[in-house]
Parts: sequence; structure tokens; C-alpha cells
Amino acid sequence: MKSIEVPDPAVLRERYPHVFQRPASASLALPATLLLTIAIFVFGLVDLDFSPTRFIGGLRQLGWITLMMLPPNPGSSLPAYLQAMGETLSIAVLGTTIAAILALPMSLLAARNIVPSVIFRSPVRRLFDTIRGVDQLIWALVWINVVGLGPFAGVLAIAVSDFGALGKLFSEAIEGADRKQVEGVRASGGSVLHEIRFGLLPQVLPVIAGQVLYFIESNTRSATIIGIVGAGGIGLQLAEQIRVLEWQKVSFLILMILIAVAAIDWISSRLRFAIIGRRAVT
Amino acid sequence: MSSAISILPGPQLNALNEVYRKAVMRRRMRVLIGAALFMVVLLVACVGAEVNLKTLFAHVGNFVSYFDRVLTLDSGMRVWTDIPEWFWGLRKWLRMLGETLLISYVGTLLGTVFGFCLNFLAAENTSPTPWLRFAVRRLLEFARTVPGIVFALIFVMAFGLGPMAGVLAIALHTTGALGKLFSEVVENADMRPVEGIRSTGASWLSSMRFAVLPQVIAGYASYTLLRFEINVREASVMGFVGAGGIGQELLVAIRKFYYSDVSAILVMIVVTVFLIDIGTGWLRGRLFGEEART
Repeated sequence: MKSIEVPDPAVLRERYPHVFQRPASASLALPATLLLTIAIFVFGLVDLDFSPTRFIGGLRQLGWITLMMLPPNPGSSLPAYLQAMGETLSIAVLGTTIAAILALPMSLLAARNIVPSVIFRSPVRRLFDTIRGVDQLIWALVWINVVGLGPFAGVLAIAVSDFGALGKLFSEAIEGADRKQVEGVRASGGSVLHEIRFGLLPQVLPVIAGQVLYFIESNTRSATIIGIVGAGGIGLQLAEQIRVLEWQKVSFLILMILIAVAAIDWISSRLRFAIIGRRAVT
Repeated sequence: MSSAISILPGPQLNALNEVYRKAVMRRRMRVLIGAALFMVVLLVACVGAEVNLKTLFAHVGNFVSYFDRVLTLDSGMRVWTDIPEWFWGLRKWLRMLGETLLISYVGTLLGTVFGFCLNFLAAENTSPTPWLRFAVRRLLEFARTVPGIVFALIFVMAFGLGPMAGVLAIALHTTGALGKLFSEVVENADMRPVEGIRSTGASWLSSMRFAVLPQVIAGYASYTLLRFEINVREASVMGFVGAGGIGQELLVAIRKFYYSDVSAILVMIVVTVFLIDIGTGWLRGRLFGEEART
């Protein structure tokens, strides 16, 4: 039996110094980062008025609120809540549809394979970026100033903020499309519009439909909160009930939101399967 | 060399054409029915959301002129002609913006720590018992489905007005979101290193530390940075319900029609969000190499 030759550590150390001696910057980096992270955290706690007494008092209050929430009970306002839920769903569907209809032509202008020139493309992209940078609730406040309180402001807020998001996603889908079909249409004598209609759209429409459905789903969530600033839907009821401390109604409303979101998730994932097939759903 | 396209005799061709036409018709019918259904849904939605095109057309000029007013100073000049006047409250707004960033930082960190602690219990391959996994998963689901601002509304009632409610709301929502993402990362981890470490006689804790953690830490860091970006946006509107940050100032400016303030604060928020996006993108690139930048 051959014995394993154990190398002398001193020789190894001499031969491969970089393995045994990491530079000071590397060995200091981790502790320094951790220290900095914790330092900022502690500074934040102090600066944001965290105090143990306040925290414990708040927790006690929160526990009391949770007890008050049980059991969930809508009282006599169930019809009003159902109507508000319908309003929320309407806001989500309508807002997303308007956004998609507006975003489709604009996204063609932002796609590299349709508009090769950066000069024309980049203003459209910057427009999308700026619109996305402003939160949906802020758009809702702006639209309330324009069309007044109510669900219509919510529809417009979702339409505008999703216009930015969908425009970006659509243009990426178009850029990812295969060039060959388009060339085939051109080779058989089609015009630019023919190329888009028969070469491009059949490729990107399923992707776009999937994205629109996903956005309807996520907008159901955002439409529930858009009412908090006064733009209609169930958020309005929720904010009101929290302000008047009707905790049983609050928990009922939260429960309703959870169920509605789950239902919409289920429906839209079913539809997405039907449209783009099982494999493409991530 | 040329090749001829063979054309089938008439009757045979007609039959094929007929089948083709029928197939196309069927598809068109299906698309039409789908479109009609969609239109019905839209119409119902229009009624439900009280859409009033007359209001829109009457006020759409208002929307355009709103931006005109937002970009005009009290003196009637355009805002960019007098930057100091436009950003008259720069010091106060910067402080509020700093508070917003701190809220999202502390909230993200708290949420990450809680999500980190819970994710091993929620992941399929590391969870001790099925019922615990089920309970933790439902808890995380609840925390991420209820919008952060709803938590903020409730916390404002419990903890009082101020940034503390915002931090806790963001922390709770982040726990839900990151706990799920983290547990998915753990589920994708390779279990062979765990066996290797186990075979040397290591405990559960050290096999987690030396076998699982090195595999998942990069994914964790990446998701945390992404979450921080999202939380900065969220923290900027927390002030709408009284939970601290710059949202409070913005709400006041919009409600009280301080037009040029609205645009100044919006510009500051957009620039901050933009800088944070670039910063975290750069950090991700530094940490995980070029390909992970997007």
C-alpha cells in the first residue's frame, strides 16, 4: 500500500502565497460592510424615532386591534362592499385595457428592430421611464385634481402608469421577435405595414396577451389601494372603516380583497395557459 | 435547374380548399367570440367604474393645463428659469427624502432578516415538519398579498403617526415577498454538498452554514437589492397615510394646489428612484459579475 505523501505546509505557503495570505482589503471588506450596514441601521432606528416603549405600546395596541377584528363581520354594508369590489375589478380591467391599447403603437416606436434610429427611439423610451418612475398613487392624486373624486380617476391613473410599464415590456417583446418571418414577408413583396401585420404581430401577440393578463392580475391588487387617496373602489371603504375604527368590517374587507385577488390569479393563469400554452408560463 | 410547382386537378384541389376555408373560418369565429366576450366585459366594467367620457373630454384640457400650471412659478415664469425659486424648500425636501430612504433601508433590512429566518422553514427541502411549512407559507402569503399601504394604515392607528408605522409596514410586506423568493432559491440549491458535509459528522446548523448558504447567498443578495428598489418607491407614498417620508409633503402640495412644489418634489422623487436603480444595478454588477446586471 502506498502512503500518501503529505506536503510540507511551509513549502506550500512559500510556493502559493496568494492562497494563504489574502490581501488586507479582501479580508477587511466583509467586516467593514457588515459594520456599515449595522451602523446605518442603528442610525435609522434613532433618526426615525424608534423607542422600545413606543414599540411595545404599539404592539399591545396592535394585539388589541387584532382581537377586535375577530370575527370578521360586514354588518349591514355587505351590498355596498360587493359593489365596491366590482368597482375595483372594473378599474383594473379598464385601466389595463386602455394602457395596452395606447402602449402598443408607442412600443413599436421604441423597438430597435422597427425604428433603428436612436434619435427617434430614445425620447419614447425616456417617456416610458419617467412615467414608470412616478407611483400609481401619485398619478391617482393628479387625476383626482382633473376629473374629480371617484373610480374614473382610478381608471386613468392605472392607465397612465401602466402605459409606461407595458410600453417597455411590449417593446422588449417586439425586439425579441424572430427576424426571419419579417424577411419572408418582405421577400414576397410586402410593404412595411404588411411586415408588421403578418411577420411581427403573430409572434408578439401571444406574449403581449400574456403580459396584459398578468397586469390585470397585479392591477387588481393596486386598484384595491388606489381608493385610499379617494379614487374609488374598495380601498375607499377600507380607509374609511380604519379611520372610524370599525375593526370587524376592516378584517372582513381585507378578507374580501384576499379572496378576490386569489380568484383573479386563478382565472388569469387559466387564461394565460389557454393563450400561450403551458411551457411559456413562468 | 428549375422546378415546377405541381397543381392538383380541380376536384381534388376544391376539396382541399374547402377544408382550408373551414379551418380558417373556425379560427376566425373563435377569435370573434373571444373579442365579443371581451367587449362585454369592458362594457360592464365601464358601467362599474362610472366611466363618463363627457367628463373626460370636458376635463382633458385640464389635465394638459395641469402640467402647464405645475411647471409655472407664482410669478408666471417657467420653473427652469429660476431654479432657486423652484426648489425653495430644497433643504426640507432633502431631509424628507433622506427619511424616505432610511424608511426603506431599515424596512428592507428588517424584512430581510425575518424572511431569512423564516425561509428555511418554508422551503421544501430544509423544512423540519410539513405542518410548520404549511403554516409559515400561509403566513408569508398573507404578508405579501395585503398591500403595504394597508398595513401602514393599520400601524398608524397602533403605533401613532410617523415613520415607525411606515418602517414596520414595509418590513412586514418585505418579509412576505422575500421569504417566498428566498425559499425558492433554497429549493433550487444542490443537496449534494449537504450530504458531503453531513458525512463528515457536522450538525444541521453547520451543514446549513457551509453547504446551503454559499449556494444561496448570491441569490439572496440580488433579491434583497431588487426589493430595496421597490421599497424606495413604496416609501415615497407612505406619507399619504401619515407614515412618514416625502409623501406627506407631496400630498399637501397636490391637495393645496402649490403647483410648482408638486413638480419640484416629483422631480426629486424620480431622480432619486433613478439613482437608486443605477446604484443597485452597479452593486449587483460588482457583486455577481456583468451578466447579472439586469
